[in-house]
Amino acid sequence: MSEFFLLQAIIYLSAGVFCVALAKRIGLNSVLGYLIGGMLIGPYILGLVGNEGEDIMHFAEFGVVMMLFLIGLELEPAQFWQMRKAVLGLGSIQFGVTTLLFYGVGLAIGWQWQMSLAIAMALSMSSTAIVLQTLKEKGLSQSAAGQASFSVLLFQDIVVIPILALLPLLTSQSQIHIVEKHSQAIIKDLPAWLQTAMVIGAVATVLLAGNYLVVPILRMIAKTKLRELFTASALLLVVSVSYLMELVGLSAALGAFLAGVVLANSEFRHELESNIQPFKSLLLGLFFIGVGASIDFKLIAQKPLLVTAIVLGLAVLKAVVLFIAGKIFKMKTDQNILFTFGLAQVGEFAFVVLSFSFQLAIIDKTWNDLLMASTAVSMTLSPILLIINEKYIDPYLGTQEKEPDKSTDTIEEKHDVIIAGFGHFGSTIGRFLRANGIEATILDFDSDRVDLLRKMGFKVYYGDATRIDLIAAAGAENAKILIAAIDSPAANAQLIKNVKKHFPHLHILARAKNRFDAYELMDVGVTDIYRETLYTSVHLAVDALKFLGFRAYTATRQGQNFIRYDEKSMRKLQLDRYNLQQYALSAKHQIEMQEKLLQEDLFQNLTDRGHSWGGTLPHEEEAKA
Amino acid sequence: MQHNILILFAHPRLERSKNHHQLLQYIPKSKGITLHDLYEEYPDFNIDVKREKELLTQHDIIIWQHPFYWYSIPPLLKQWIDIVFEFGWAYGTGGTALRGKKVLHVITTGDPETVYAENQPHSFTIPQLLAPLQQTARECSMEFLPPFVIHNAHRLPFEELEKHCRDYYLLLVLLQQDNLPLTVIHQHKYINYWVQNKREA
Repeated sequence: MSEFFLLQAIIYLSAGVFCVALAKRIGLNSVLGYLIGGMLIGPYILGLVGNEGEDIMHFAEFGVVMMLFLIGLELEPAQFWQMRKAVLGLGSIQFGVTTLLFYGVGLAIGWQWQMSLAIAMALSMSSTAIVLQTLKEKGLSQSAAGQASFSVLLFQDIVVIPILALLPLLTSQSQIHIVEKHSQAIIKDLPAWLQTAMVIGAVATVLLAGNYLVVPILRMIAKTKLRELFTASALLLVVSVSYLMELVGLSAALGAFLAGVVLANSEFRHELESNIQPFKSLLLGLFFIGVGASIDFKLIAQKPLLVTAIVLGLAVLKAVVLFIAGKIFKMKTDQNILFTFGLAQVGEFAFVVLSFSFQLAIIDKTWNDLLMASTAVSMTLSPILLIINEKYIDPYLGTQEKEPDKSTDTIEEKHDVIIAGFGHFGSTIGRFLRANGIEATILDFDSDRVDLLRKMGFKVYYGDATRIDLIAAAGAENAKILIAAIDSPAANAQLIKNVKKHFPHLHILARAKNRFDAYELMDVGVTDIYRETLYTSVHLAVDALKFLGFRAYTATRQGQNFIRYDEKSMRKLQLDRYNLQQYALSAKHQIEMQEKLLQEDLFQNLTDRGHSWGGTLPHEEEAKA
Repeated sequence: MQHNILILFAHPRLERSKNHHQLLQYIPKSKGITLHDLYEEYPDFNIDVKREKELLTQHDIIIWQHPFYWYSIPPLLKQWIDIVFEFGWAYGTGGTALRGKKVLHVITTGDPETVYAENQPHSFTIPQLLAPLQQTARECSMEFLPPFVIHNAHRLPFEELEKHCRDYYLLLVLLQQDNLPLTVIHQHKYINYWVQNKREA
């Protein structure tokens, strides 16, 4: 590892850490923090990173790629179908009308029609990364504006496919710029129609391979039960899809999105999500830093008015279209404003489309540089716009729609109940809840079992429930109850400790193997503990009493009383048990405990000797006589 | 045609009751008489309504046999009435399943008959105290017969108890015959007295 690389890493990471922490302190969102950090270390202010900003960008674009993979993961085809009206309606209005407007402007300026079209399409894009990140941080993902933004962004993410596929058709073959960076060597020299065919082929490959190749491989890897192996394969998956897409000159982000959608229905959804999440956050941060660093202040200093005009002009035109689209879709004014301000910037896909067009010699260098700079500025302004809206506009618009309490969202599947561990214990619970119309989100770490249960129609997700990120992905934020039913007491305890710490609002119902596990859980403050060895044993003993001639009702009551008493004594002994010798769970300790219990039983009125209901026992009568 | 009798026996602590234990011994082992021990069948109070309705349909005379706790029936029997006597089945629109059936109590109580009267410790007679159940029967178009009562249950000499048990046996035999002299029966405060008259006759 070169010293140079390490130094770079230090610079980038410290810029990120420092600026985001600062931004958070003064109440700005993290995106803005990263952008400002990027500007600071960029070549025009501190000059800590020079022209290799380009390479960093290339590397950091992976953040966007992973984000789209995650968006794809969260979007099951069925849900996508439910959203189709919003996506196709709002999305096509936004994209179509904005592109037409810009196309007109381009022709008016006197550009070639090809150039006008390419630029118009590029600039119609908004920033998925900034908008979704911001909405999520503000907890507005489920508001009307959040849903509308998501729909439009999704449409843009999809429409990028045909755009990138069609761009080669716009070029006049004679004058392609020689570009060394992009690895499109493989199809660059092919005729345009064949390039288009290759692109379509690559997309089809992703869709098919995802279903018939990736899922079986993931199952195999899951069987090894090695967590890092799974993380590696998740990354490998995203990287390979990206590479394939780059090979045919498509955006890697798109490929990742498609791969995500394909895997959204698989049992590995949550696990993949929680594996990729940290990489995504980090790389997305890098991406924003890169955007900040790549802002060409020299160019802006030369033509400040022009850049300002372009940025503002773009924002105003886009906002007008967005606002009208919002009106058509009957959004409330405050939501519509949020939607409008949120999406008014030019997004990261513009970089992709512009640079691709530049390589294909559809646009010239001057405009390419100018628009690249404007895009970066526009992205930077976006969070500021949202802050202005939040502070100065929204308060005057009256109603404010917050996230609904109940998870009425269609984007992610979230239930009130999460069951961790779906062996004999958990699945019985799951079946009972289901019989009463309660659906649960189920997590299990045994891929064979997950497979079987899915065949039986349960929605089970594969994953290690002790990982807090997986619990989060399963919707712990909105759930009410967590049923901790993992077979291994250690894992179960770990899960409970994690949840207590990170999701204190979740009510925990915990399985315990025996008294000793139960004590552990009581120490952590769990109140609802269900010992496998209590209810079943007592149930059996009650039946034994019946066979011995006891009245069924009496035996049943005695069983209930015994359980009640036993749970009371648990609470007492929980504290006492430390007075017994400290060597925790040795056989001797167990026996001492049993002895203590049996002793206590003698002093309890555990037999049916109460004198309510009057009368005496027949044999007592005889004794008196 | 013979009447079928369903004895719904409800005692939460049979193991402490000599009287009921003895009474049960005297129930004729006849095909037309079904003993249904509620606390034994449903110790968790989770009554199988469908099964109970079938039993009721197959019998003409229903006997509620129970200790007379707090002037009333034990909780499981109350639960049984509450959930088995459904609207549209037992009463109300189309509720004719129980029409014409006879129903009576077989009761044990600790105190003598004399204290169940006005200006006495218990203020009311036993038939008066059974008014809610009588009205329940009426609501379901059933005939509510006078109760079979055993007083002084705690202090009953064994011979006395035997006598009551024999009366109980005879009552069950008599009730099985068709053409019950209902008007005559209704003239008695307790059905015990009708049985004793029959015995003497």
